Amino acid sequence: MAQISFIINGQRKSLDMDPDVRLLWVIRDSLGLTGTKYSCGMSLCGACTVHVDGDPVRSCVTAVSDVDGREVTTIEGLAEQNHPIHQAWIEEEVSQCGYCQPGQIMTAAALLAKNPKPSDKDIDQTMSRALCRCGTYQRIRRAIHRAAGEV
Amino acid sequence: MGTKLTISRGEFLKLSATTGAGLVLGLYLPWKNQLAAQADQTFKPNVWVSIDTSGTVTIVMHRSEFGQKVWTSLPMILAEELEADWSRVQVVQGDLNPVYGGQSTGGSASVRTSYDKLRKAGAAAREMLISAAAQTWNVDRGECRAESGAVIHSPTGRKLGYGELVETAATLPIPEEVPLKDPKDFKIIGKSLKSLDGAAKIDGSVIYGLDFKLPGMLTAAVARCPVFGGTVASYDDSKARTVPGVRHIVPISSGVAVVADDTWSALEGRKALKVTWNEGAHARLSSEDISRTLREAAEKDGRSLRVAGDAEAALAQAETKLEVGYEVPYLDHATMEPMNCTAQVDKSSCEIWVPTQNPAAAHNAAQEITGLPDEAIKVHTLRMGGGFGRRLANDYARDAVEVAQAVTGPVKVLRTRDEDIQHGIYRPASYHHLKGGLDRKGNPLAWIHRASGPANAGFMIGPDSATYGIDLPYTIPNIHTSDITSELPVPAGPWRSVANTQLAFANESFIDELAHAARKDPYEFRRAYIKDHPRLLGVLELAAEKAGWGRRLPKGRYQGIAAHGCFRSYAAIVAEVSVDRRGRVTVHKMVCAVDCGIVINPDGVRSQVEGGITLGLTAALHGAITLEKGRVQQSNFHNYKLLTMRESPVIETYIVPSAQPPTGIGEPPVPPTPPAVTNAIYAATGIRIRRLPIDPKELQKG
Repeated sequence: MAQISFIINGQRKSLDMDPDVRLLWVIRDSLGLTGTKYSCGMSLCGACTVHVDGDPVRSCVTAVSDVDGREVTTIEGLAEQNHPIHQAWIEEEVSQCGYCQPGQIMTAAALLAKNPKPSDKDIDQTMSRALCRCGTYQRIRRAIHRAAGEV
Repeated sequence: MGTKLTISRGEFLKLSATTGAGLVLGLYLPWKNQLAAQADQTFKPNVWVSIDTSGTVTIVMHRSEFGQKVWTSLPMILAEELEADWSRVQVVQGDLNPVYGGQSTGGSASVRTSYDKLRKAGAAAREMLISAAAQTWNVDRGECRAESGAVIHSPTGRKLGYGELVETAATLPIPEEVPLKDPKDFKIIGKSLKSLDGAAKIDGSVIYGLDFKLPGMLTAAVARCPVFGGTVASYDDSKARTVPGVRHIVPISSGVAVVADDTWSALEGRKALKVTWNEGAHARLSSEDISRTLREAAEKDGRSLRVAGDAEAALAQAETKLEVGYEVPYLDHATMEPMNCTAQVDKSSCEIWVPTQNPAAAHNAAQEITGLPDEAIKVHTLRMGGGFGRRLANDYARDAVEVAQAVTGPVKVLRTRDEDIQHGIYRPASYHHLKGGLDRKGNPLAWIHRASGPANAGFMIGPDSATYGIDLPYTIPNIHTSDITSELPVPAGPWRSVANTQLAFANESFIDELAHAARKDPYEFRRAYIKDHPRLLGVLELAAEKAGWGRRLPKGRYQGIAAHGCFRSYAAIVAEVSVDRRGRVTVHKMVCAVDCGIVINPDGVRSQVEGGITLGLTAALHGAITLEKGRVQQSNFHNYKLLTMRESPVIETYIVPSAQPPTGIGEPPVPPTPPAVTNAIYAATGIRIRRLPIDPKELQKG
């Protein structure tokens, strides 16, 4: 057991827990923030993506000890910030089942933070690591361009 | 699948109780007159819609939402007739309840089977609200009209909102016959309205099955025999029990469950569990064995499905003869959210919260396991991250009920990705033996198709329902189609478009082969023999027109075409592909034309076409569940690949305008996708792909 402290969506959390527990399960089970999804558990699909100090991180393979002293943002935190990406996703009617979309949005938001006007190629390169089974890719691409116009 | 569920009236009222006064419509209930009689005092809720005094319209979703957007399209149907203010419409999930009729969500049937009843439910509410306003104003009801959530007295312009009318409306008799709107007056149906849950799906607030939580809930993971049909010989849980958070080790019929305080502990506990398996009779089974079994079966006589003329005799006389085989593998659904279910069981009751396409199946499983009476079992449908047919099965609900029986309080049983892929209910593998003959002029004379697949898939390799399946839309004088099954232990079940996925690949590839053998254009060849099927012809011609069939394409790009009808809808696709020297296929564009009758939400249709094509392309380019030593060899997305954005083509959707009753769109775009691509590959390379997924090695040059 270890004392682990981090900021999540602006709130400081201090937890006494096994440092090896994956951040995903801490966020979902201990903190009750279920917008971050489990899907592959091996950093293969991106459904669990959160931001750690602004960078996209796959929480399913990240030990909670790795975020000690750092700042974590989940989809709930991003949604509170009224990020233009949410409106773009709604305008493009992106989601089908919606399960992968929090991870898609976190991945896309991190891309836009680094590259405010990404090309199709830039988008494909980053987003091809984020899997969707429903077939929303072309709408995701459009939504990112739309959000880029407004970021 | 039907339910044996019976339910008392009192139970129904309790189950469906909501707060506040509301307009009551006891439509479609055997006791509707009693309900209506009670309504003036109690304002009990109705089956499909209720309106509160604030004017908020609440519509019950009696089917499952997993990406088809029925959460929006079904309410649109009711709201249209209700003349509702769309901005005041909200939707709630209906639990399993016989008052809704069938709740299994499959066969692209939700809109098709709900259209009439939801229109009538909305129209009945509208007529009662108009009567209530007329009564309030003491005017002729013929002078009143409903519009955007209010009733207006036309001569005076007076207006009352629905919320102001519900108490009066609830005292009125329910009309037996209601007038339905003329489709030309539709204001909601036919519009690309945004999804009602669009925002909730992207801010983390939608609760999927895996997100569901109850106070005191435990979480369990199950160790399962990697070989199908294997059982637990013995297990040693001494280490597992020492893992912090682990509470119980529970043997169940599918393996050994490790029950813990949270997910991580359950997974760590399962890792520490030592199980010795009795692998059973199938521990040597490989995909080669399965392939051989299916091929050998296809040489025998099967069950005849359609016999026209004498196909063998005609083939013997044919000028040109073709004989080929097509083969497709098992496929997993690989929904992004793995299977999971939460259950709570005690001596007298069982309650289940499950992301399912088929709540009645979960109910029946619970009854079988617990022996409890119908009314003691409650099933709540939760949101799900993808379905594609996987969640019609109740295997994962069984796990949860069995574990819940052994512990106190609620427990969620979840599957990890490897488990989900290795213990699926797979799209069956199949082999298709095709023979065809042309006369001297290149006209098709004979068509023989024998489909061979696993017996546990039954109809899923043969004559799948509701349009073509194995059947042909092409006019050929001598046809013999048949199917034959073999016993195989791999669990099999429906996968988006069911048998049509395999059958359309075989049929639409072989008609292409015949066209080329006849030295005719594959589009024109189809057109010439498809004449008796005007709706299929319609989509074929529209897809060809929009894709610019036969136009000059950028260097290295080639087109292929395929068309198929299923679930009473029609889809045709023109694929545009290129193949590089190493045999790698790039799909640049898919142009799809669909005819699904009256369209509720055009953008919803486009979204389903994009989804169906993506699933079909994944199957064509990547999908295969293979076995070695009785074990599924794939375990996660590195070896069971999904299509990525980079591989995803431009998808264009064109909808044939129609006044026909609405039919489904979830499945119909899937079947023509793989053959459109492989037909384009033939155009590009002269190489015919007869086995999926496409193997680049077959396409390498030099």
